[in-house]
Amino acid sequence: MHIMYFTERPYRPVPNDEVIKNGFFGIPNKHFDPVKGSQLLNEYLDEKILAEQLGFDGVMLNEHHDTAFCMGSVMNVEAAILARITDRVKIVLLGNPLPVVGNPLRLAEELAMIDMISHGRLVAGWVRGAGSEQFASNANPGYNREYFNEAHDLVVQAWTRPGPWRYEGKHFHYRFVDPWALPIQKPHPPIWIPGLLSPETVIWCAQHRYPYIALATFLEPTVELWNIYRDAAAKEGYQVGSENFGYLQKVFVAETEEKARDLAKWDMFGGAGIGYSLFGKPQWMFPPGYNSKDATRRVARQFSDPTSSKGSPFANAVTGGNGSASERVAASQIDYRTGAWQEEHIDVEAMRKQILDAFPQVERAMQVICGTPESVIPKIRKVLEVLRPGIFGFWQNDGPISAEARTTNIRLLAQEVLPATREIAKELGLVSSFEVAPGSRKLPASGIPESVGSLAPLAS
Amino acid sequence: MADGAKDWREETVRVDDSDLIVVKGGAGKPLLVLHDELGQPGWLKWHRALAQRRTIVIPLHPGFGRTDRAEWMLSIRDLASFYSRYLKENALAPLDVIGFSLGGWIAAEMAASNPTQFRRMILVAPAGIRPPSGDILDVFQLMAPQHLMASVFNPATTPEFSELYGGASPEQFEAFEDARAQTARLAWTPYMHNPTLPHLLGVAAGLPTLIVWGRQDAVVPMSAGDAYRNAIGGARLVTFDNCGHRPEIEKSAEFIREAEAFLGD
Repeated sequence: MHIMYFTERPYRPVPNDEVIKNGFFGIPNKHFDPVKGSQLLNEYLDEKILAEQLGFDGVMLNEHHDTAFCMGSVMNVEAAILARITDRVKIVLLGNPLPVVGNPLRLAEELAMIDMISHGRLVAGWVRGAGSEQFASNANPGYNREYFNEAHDLVVQAWTRPGPWRYEGKHFHYRFVDPWALPIQKPHPPIWIPGLLSPETVIWCAQHRYPYIALATFLEPTVELWNIYRDAAAKEGYQVGSENFGYLQKVFVAETEEKARDLAKWDMFGGAGIGYSLFGKPQWMFPPGYNSKDATRRVARQFSDPTSSKGSPFANAVTGGNGSASERVAASQIDYRTGAWQEEHIDVEAMRKQILDAFPQVERAMQVICGTPESVIPKIRKVLEVLRPGIFGFWQNDGPISAEARTTNIRLLAQEVLPATREIAKELGLVSSFEVAPGSRKLPASGIPESVGSLAPLAS
Repeated sequence: MADGAKDWREETVRVDDSDLIVVKGGAGKPLLVLHDELGQPGWLKWHRALAQRRTIVIPLHPGFGRTDRAEWMLSIRDLASFYSRYLKENALAPLDVIGFSLGGWIAAEMAASNPTQFRRMILVAPAGIRPPSGDILDVFQLMAPQHLMASVFNPATTPEFSELYGGASPEQFEAFEDARAQTARLAWTPYMHNPTLPHLLGVAAGLPTLIVWGRQDAVVPMSAGDAYRNAIGGARLVTFDNCGHRPEIEKSAEFIREAEAFLGD
């Protein structure tokens, strides 16, 4: 198993009232102080060094724009620094937002440089970018999927096809491609794809034999998505294994149960549970043309149903929606993100209380695992038994907590939880894509693929 | 789509590789109607009035939900040229045209490329030219229902507002999203305008042109109306008070009167 440390690198001094009123995206940047930003960016780099020293296999980064939720506006800058200041960990970029970068050839060069400087420790990954990113980078959302596919093919070609050559695509055009920056890993760095359970992306991953990393999604729909991957993989002629899957899990530990829970609840403002609905208002999360036809249909139902969960936006998410499996998968995420913005006037105090009061439900749904190292290990075991991922990311508490509490979490995780997690993974036979090449397992003689995940362990 | 008295029909015409769906109704000389960025809104009072003396011809823009998307099409100018081909191959030109908002922009692009394909042109609050003062409302930062609300000055005093597009069903929301998605593909940047259009419109000087604007238009500021009038020699600008971006429904009677008088027989 490959075990990573991840944080969104939030701008933690953001006024909490603003987050409640506006969501993270679109808060005016007069609330951003670059002096505090400087301190935080360095603090987050130091955390990665600590994670390496204490035994994590990888450090995972992501990218968002115009938001206090994540300070990684240009993730490759951080990755380039980590390439030099760390020695051993994989630098896992989940992911570069292909449709919004504008110049995929330059992206190929940047990543190749990171791979060289790190002596081949880069894991590349691609995302479509959140809806809000399309506004922040002025990327036409109507071509999001087309940009994604074309930019992906171009980057991989730039890494692997001897130059010089000419490229004439639909959206990108290069008269001279001959980069003198090539990845040290051959044929190219591993590619993993993170996501929030879009069936289209999962199928695309299966076709490309890329591990799919579910980002702290609900367990039930995640298992269903694993099965969608399984079936798409079978069509490609291979059997899936743990090497095809990864999972990001919020885990927060402290010296006592009480302290852990008291601090963990603030992660409701750091991406836990309802955090997704705080990411941005629906008009920024669902720009025209950004979603597939199926996803648009789900949004249409949400916005034309007057009884949709205005007051308790995450209630439906915990129970799933209605309809088919894949619809429920997406509906859970959509419900999650939209309900809170239906009201014109938000009572900030009441909303803050509602958000924090929702924490026990989020914890019950395993969206956050918190406690002492001893008490969290059985819960992690449960997640591993259900999803059987070969890649596992520990997601830091990204709420407005102290640097000290964050560091304590990293230390306790590394020293007490990480060794136990490795043992469990070994016992369950969970191998990563570094140990078994995704797509290398043969289908059973029957031709019927075996499942990787199962909800059965949840019942026990 | 509100169907009125079923006094319209649909036909499909092959243009390039597309099966273009065209709504037709009425009798008489053809009147090309280019619908706006939210799609064809139904058969409204003004359709019924003008259909008394004209055959109304409403092509449903490719990619807006009914006619399939033409993937090669990347700009409003592409769509305009596509319609020029449709008119030529179907021996419809020269004919009269009315374009609304995005549709007005399409009509202006057609006039800029070949003004002889039109006899008379009505532009209703057209996008396409960057307003000298104010900005075109970024409707892509609104959800469809808010976009629709912003398009009229006062929904409560707009009789046809509630029957526009057929109500707030999931199917209608989806149809809006189809229209908005294709609008984004064609007009995301520069947003809802083409910097070269004012320069090219000079060729349309002398084409009888009526420009109609609501003085309280919150989508395309009325200053763009002056810019259009300046770009098309001889064009006339008519404005309505207490009226937003949809004069044809907000000031329906006045709009019909102006349009009938301008188009003649």
